[in-house]
Amino acid sequence: MKQRIQPRTLFVCLTLLCLLAVWLSLALGPVSLPLIDTLRAGLRLLGLPIAADGLQQAEMILGQIRLPRTLLGLAVGAVLALSGVAMQGLFRNPLADPGLVGVAAGAAMGAAVAIVGGSWLGGMPEALAPYLLSLCAFIGGLGVTALVYRLGRRDGQTNVATMLLAGVAMTALGGAAVGLFSYLADDATLRTLTFWNLGSLNGASYDRLWPLLLIAAGVALWLPRRAKALNALLLGESEARHLGVDVERLKRELVFCTALGVGAAVAAAGLIGFIGLVVPHLVRLLAGPDHRVVLPASLLAGGVLMLFADLAARLLLAPAELPIGIVTAFIGAPFFLILLIRGRS
Amino acid sequence: MLQVEGLHLRRGSNDVLQGIDLHLSPGQVVGVLGPNGAGKSSLLGVLCGELAPDRGAVTLQGRPLADWAGQERARRLAVLPQVSSLGFSFKVEEVVAMGRMPHDTGQRRDAEIVEEALQAADAAHLVGRSYLALSGGERQRVHLARVLAQLWPGEEGSTLLLDEPTSMLDPLHQHTTLEAVRRFADCGAAVLVILHDLNLAARYCDRILLLESGRCHALATPAQVLTPASLKAVFGIEVLVQAHPERGHPLIITR
Repeated sequence: MKQRIQPRTLFVCLTLLCLLAVWLSLALGPVSLPLIDTLRAGLRLLGLPIAADGLQQAEMILGQIRLPRTLLGLAVGAVLALSGVAMQGLFRNPLADPGLVGVAAGAAMGAAVAIVGGSWLGGMPEALAPYLLSLCAFIGGLGVTALVYRLGRRDGQTNVATMLLAGVAMTALGGAAVGLFSYLADDATLRTLTFWNLGSLNGASYDRLWPLLLIAAGVALWLPRRAKALNALLLGESEARHLGVDVERLKRELVFCTALGVGAAVAAAGLIGFIGLVVPHLVRLLAGPDHRVVLPASLLAGGVLMLFADLAARLLLAPAELPIGIVTAFIGAPFFLILLIRGRS
Repeated sequence: MLQVEGLHLRRGSNDVLQGIDLHLSPGQVVGVLGPNGAGKSSLLGVLCGELAPDRGAVTLQGRPLADWAGQERARRLAVLPQVSSLGFSFKVEEVVAMGRMPHDTGQRRDAEIVEEALQAADAAHLVGRSYLALSGGERQRVHLARVLAQLWPGEEGSTLLLDEPTSMLDPLHQHTTLEAVRRFADCGAAVLVILHDLNLAARYCDRILLLESGRCHALATPAQVLTPASLKAVFGIEVLVQAHPERGHPLIITR
């Protein structure tokens, strides 16, 4: 058996990588700031007494643009990765993805309604549009997940196989609805919709950030408490019950956390694939499947991967910006394939 | 100690179990025998609370099974299913350690128990290996170690239910497994084990429940139950029954 990395080593490495990613994410962009200025300005923003000479520009870029964007990236990456762990645990399958319960499809449907519906009504007020979009996406994601969960229930038990199939059907339905809205939309609206579907951390602001941060913190605090129960669930549902786990409650919590987390992430940054699938898988390959390690490590690794993907999105075609969903798929898919091939040999 | 009286179970339009009375007492191994579809696994499902009976109630230490809190129950009742579908590469000792989940005896004590349980199931040499790299029989022994660890050391008041624990094992490990189960019962645990091998049942069980299409055909000692007449009636096989030359328990030979 391949040697596992000690959890402590993994956490130290991930924390260092995370700090590096934050630093680079704050420093690099259309206006690149010297790394040392970034560090000083960053420390000043944290309230440390550092002389302000020559830092005004750096401080403004950091505070207004890059810090909210970096926080958004960390939170989205962390919450997507945690949701991935939750879904892979729920379906007892390492290839499960947070999208399986229909949350992404529901959010996309909600967003399509907001974008296209808004344009039919003669355009939303400029200030209100982004909030409406986020709200519709969030409600869409939550609503569809609730429906999928409901469809999977019979006689007080949740059948995850039925849920999976209901999720597949709802995802197809969501895709059809988004397709219909795209067909009916005019060119400008279609472009907005398409770009939203590819995801972006662009335009992050503090007032749109805090709902996501709150939800991410809630999910990040809640799921690790259930790590042992998740381990037992991997043995099988009845095995977990025989070990004293309230399996129905656990399943409800996992679905709820995923719906909230992915719903909020998609509402804030659009559809970003592959993080929820690749990150937990990678962590398991490195450190084994114990959820007491996988959950916190995925949280960190999700944030790190998201920030590096966002850096690539910002820098590859600068000053233009690639949608981040394209970058995560381009990094994530080949990486995943390499892991699969190496894991087999 | 687990008890059920007047048990009836319907699934769809079939009566799967009818009028079963069973009492698992401390220190005893009860074997359940019967042809395919006789209701053995359904009986185990009812006894561990997975299936709700239509009539008759299961009680664990005098209290209805459904009234126990999950964790409290898990400290007293462990179940080994026929097959397990673990698809993640836990190490062997991590799988066994999951059996300690309902307890809070501390990491050090848990590690000792895991080691002892692995030894009891003759799986100690598998430590450090990935569960996914094991053969079917090795996996079965690891899960046996897990349920033994859950009730370790098997004192009075603990109940162990096993669904065909020897189905994938070689002849040596069929015996080491049932010897481990026997020792567990000798410490005071009440054990129910579903078996297919009549001779294994004759050797290791104190009492045998012979099921025939959901009804109790006989429930008594191996010598009383394993007679040519009952085996002909239930399984439709012609057998000779002799006393084991060294041990004295019935030895079943097909004619």
